[in-house]
Amino acid sequence: MEGDIGNMGQYIGAGLACIGMGGAGIGVGHVAGNFLAGALRNPAAAQEQTATLFIGIAFAEALGIFSFLVALLLLFAV
Amino acid sequence: MAAEKSTDGGFNIDPMYQFKIKEWIPIDLGFIDLSFTNSAFFAFLAVGLVCLFLWTAMSGSSLVPTRMQSMAEGIYEFVRNMVRDSCGEAGLKYFPYIFTLFLFILGCNLLGMVPYSFTVTSHFAITVFLALSVFVSVTVIGFMRHGVGFLGLFWPMDAPAAMRPVLAIIEVISYFVRPVSHSIRLGANMMAGHAVLKVFGGFVAALGVFGVIPIAAIVGVTALEFLVAVIQAYVFAILTCVYLHDALHMH
Repeated sequence: MEGDIGNMGQYIGAGLACIGMGGAGIGVGHVAGNFLAGALRNPAAAQEQTATLFIGIAFAEALGIFSFLVALLLLFAV
Repeated sequence: MAAEKSTDGGFNIDPMYQFKIKEWIPIDLGFIDLSFTNSAFFAFLAVGLVCLFLWTAMSGSSLVPTRMQSMAEGIYEFVRNMVRDSCGEAGLKYFPYIFTLFLFILGCNLLGMVPYSFTVTSHFAITVFLALSVFVSVTVIGFMRHGVGFLGLFWPMDAPAAMRPVLAIIEVISYFVRPVSHSIRLGANMMAGHAVLKVFGGFVAALGVFGVIPIAAIVGVTALEFLVAVIQAYVFAILTCVYLHDALHMH
């Protein structure tokens, strides 16, 4: 890739790829919020489910990480 | 915010400089570059500190634990319970591996929080290696336990027959994407956090007297980074447990 137009496309693409991280943010917030809502209704059962909470957050976050990866690839690998 | 944008142009502080790998003792074997780098040094240092911590904590091993001993026992019990809760009794055989992974990643993450040190886990080369070792060993364990029947993991029997081929493709893709997300989650979290710290550090240098505002932000972000360092080690270990559970019990 050479020239200014190519660089511009790279940077714009990387920026666009980062929009995907917003989706991951929504997903992580959804998981954590629903966990809190459930935990406040039944605090006794909440303690055992923290591991599930982190697994859920990790899976939701994974998709945001892919968009971050696309951004990194566009910036440094293309 | 506008003031930050206008003034930091004069200072060229590269937030990615901290991730630069420096060769301290160059060792070139021709076909492979085995140089002793700052990354290798801090990885060894993390291992050494973890071993030192466990040895000193458990050297007395009295019935009434000292503070150090109860810390070490707390970490041990925490990881052991995590393995037992998510993989059952059969997973306890692999507890030493997960305990080692957890302590190594935790050690590297926390060592990276020391100023002027190097964050080993911020490099994808390290995290991809860790995740691939988990992926390969979990797959081998699955085939050793279930033989060819382990392939049934990709063939959901409780789904309608017409849906099964489609679901099988999705299952295969999600299985092979595991090491990617597993490694990049850790590496990206550590790298992004440390880059944010350095970017705010650049603001402090650029703003002069008003630099106290970014310093306050840095204090908060540093606290958050300690939380992230521990949580990412925990997440890496618990995802290893989840993958191990799939290999041992097939869903």
